Amino acid sequence: MLQDCVNYIQNNYSQIAVQILDHARISLLALLAASVIGIFFGYLASISGKGERWIMGVFQVLRVIPSLAILVLLIPVMGVGTKPAVTALTILAIPPVLMNTCVGFLEVPPFMVESGKGIGMTDRELLMHVRFPLALPMILSGIRSALVEVIASATLAAKIGAGGLGEIIFTGLGLNRADLLLIGGVLVGALSLLSLAVFDLIRRLLMPYRYRKKG
Amino acid sequence: MTAIEYQEVCKRFDGNSAYSVDHVSAQIEQGEFITILGSSGCGKTTLLKMTNRLIDPTEGRIVLFGEDISTVDPVVVRRRMGYVIQQIGLLPHMTVEENISIIPKLMKQDKAKIRDRARDLLSMVELDPDTYGSRYPSELSGGQQQRVGLARALMPDPKIMLLDEPFGAIDAITRVNLQNELLRIHSQTKKTFLLVTHDINEAMKLGTRVMVMNGGRLLQFDTPKNIIRHPADPFVEALIQSVLEQREFWEGVEDD
Amino acid sequence: MIEYLTKHPEKIITPFLEHIELTAVTLLISILIAGILTVLSVLIPRLGSILLALFSVIYSIPSLALFALLIPFTGLGKVSAVIVLCAYNQYLLLGNFLTGLSEVDPGVLEAAKGIGMSTMQELFLVQIPLAQKALFAGIRLAVVSTIGIGTIAAAINAGGLGTLLFDGLRTMNTVKILWGSLLSALLAVVCTACSFSQRSPQSSGEKTLRII
Repeated sequence: MLQDCVNYIQNNYSQIAVQILDHARISLLALLAASVIGIFFGYLASISGKGERWIMGVFQVLRVIPSLAILVLLIPVMGVGTKPAVTALTILAIPPVLMNTCVGFLEVPPFMVESGKGIGMTDRELLMHVRFPLALPMILSGIRSALVEVIASATLAAKIGAGGLGEIIFTGLGLNRADLLLIGGVLVGALSLLSLAVFDLIRRLLMPYRYRKKG
Repeated sequence: MTAIEYQEVCKRFDGNSAYSVDHVSAQIEQGEFITILGSSGCGKTTLLKMTNRLIDPTEGRIVLFGEDISTVDPVVVRRRMGYVIQQIGLLPHMTVEENISIIPKLMKQDKAKIRDRARDLLSMVELDPDTYGSRYPSELSGGQQQRVGLARALMPDPKIMLLDEPFGAIDAITRVNLQNELLRIHSQTKKTFLLVTHDINEAMKLGTRVMVMNGGRLLQFDTPKNIIRHPADPFVEALIQSVLEQREFWEGVEDD
Repeated sequence: MIEYLTKHPEKIITPFLEHIELTAVTLLISILIAGILTVLSVLIPRLGSILLALFSVIYSIPSLALFALLIPFTGLGKVSAVIVLCAYNQYLLLGNFLTGLSEVDPGVLEAAKGIGMSTMQELFLVQIPLAQKALFAGIRLAVVSTIGIGTIAAAINAGGLGTLLFDGLRTMNTVKILWGSLLSALLAVVCTACSFSQRSPQSSGEKTLRII
């Protein structure tokens, strides 16, 4: 079986490379779009007062809808291909980013805002230098869950004609070929873990203060 | 010269029938160290926060160096004053030096000058700039953090310093050290200090004059000595009495 | 849509019931395993953090990939599906269980030790009752996750509502797609709503966000 895997990779490496790139591209696109939308509306939700509970409730519901359902539901509306796939992945990724952003902003301690105001920051400066940096850890952990979700669902997106590594797995399932299943499974798993590692590294660089020891 | 003048200042919060601050009038001269003493809910913090427009009074006027502050942009008022709070509020994602320099940096002042001043101020609050300048707040003890808080407040060289229970969360021994340093900084800089506290010993030790507040009203505003000798109100008298009883206990132990 | 239901009720109700069955079996097994692992983690120092690190890696692997990796060994069908779903749930359950237990007021624990409780008595009589909220938050997360990933299990012939989705996709049958989406979403939403009604959503929702 291992020999089968090696043979397949040798014969199809350029196609596999395209699938990896496709997978990464649609995931990244969806994640970026969801981050922008999620952070923006999450912030709005956090300053909306009573609206916050309502908005959070809606997204709590959106969040529990199975990803496959969202992915498939768009097909009657948008057809198949990359566009509906990226749209569906974005919709899937928005709730974790938005909800974490909202909670992150709400959890900024009032005394931090007060001391910023007290030393004479304008509202804009308070947002840029106090509220946002203090909410950032929560926002990033939201983007991290969205990342896991997006890469997983991008695998399913092969089913709606968006390409990516899911193609290998679905072909393997269709033809009942263990070698394809193993290659696809390992590649998707590796892509997911690798992107998480890269994300964690970026997070560490963005927030060095959280990783220093107390002295 | 009169630094701060409260003219019949009142504050009533939304939905409250009672005044949180009730017709307070007082004059504070430049260079004084005023302590505002009272228990929680007496209006002392509200009075302090009205001084830098974190809260606006419902009635009355506050005049700083002859200027009615309600006519000045709140941000401008605040940048003219230092502000220190019990929770300190240092930004966790910035180093000590960045924390101190934030406002002048936002105002785009000369970088070299900012750096020099930040280092001077760190030395003034007895933190070695080379050791502590590049640390994050989480790497400092509570007492060290409040020293940084003090340096940050002094950064724009304000004429007035507002301090809201600055040592409330700090252990007794460190607190005494910080109190002594505050006195030293006050006499070095000749700034006007306004410090809120619920600790009568702290109020009497630090204040050149003490404002005693209860139920939103200013009961007595005088030097510590005069307050102790001639309490103007039953509440003030009870307050003094509680300290005297404590002292009897301590003296009794010493005599044994 | 209604017409399809009245004409072929079995084509919709069967996958729906299969889905509930798959979810129930998975939850039963995974809560049992998570319970055992939690007790072991309390008894053996550092075991908890090692297990959590391991499960967090598994959790980060997309479900379709895990299914694909298991099939050569356990074949197509329900067994593979349940194994994968249980593995995912361990991260959610164990994570919430251990966080919940560790967040119990240390003063209370010290008092329990002080009156002479053993580690086991402390766990069952003090920690678990006090950590109830977090325990249920973990279970609720696991329910929703199982229902969601359960739809994907249809790709490896484990049945359930996913069959409606995949069939509908293959034959471009919008009615099937709609029924599959509607029922799976409804099932997840109803399950969350049921567990929400027991406690205030504010506090449990907060926990949810932290763990994932």
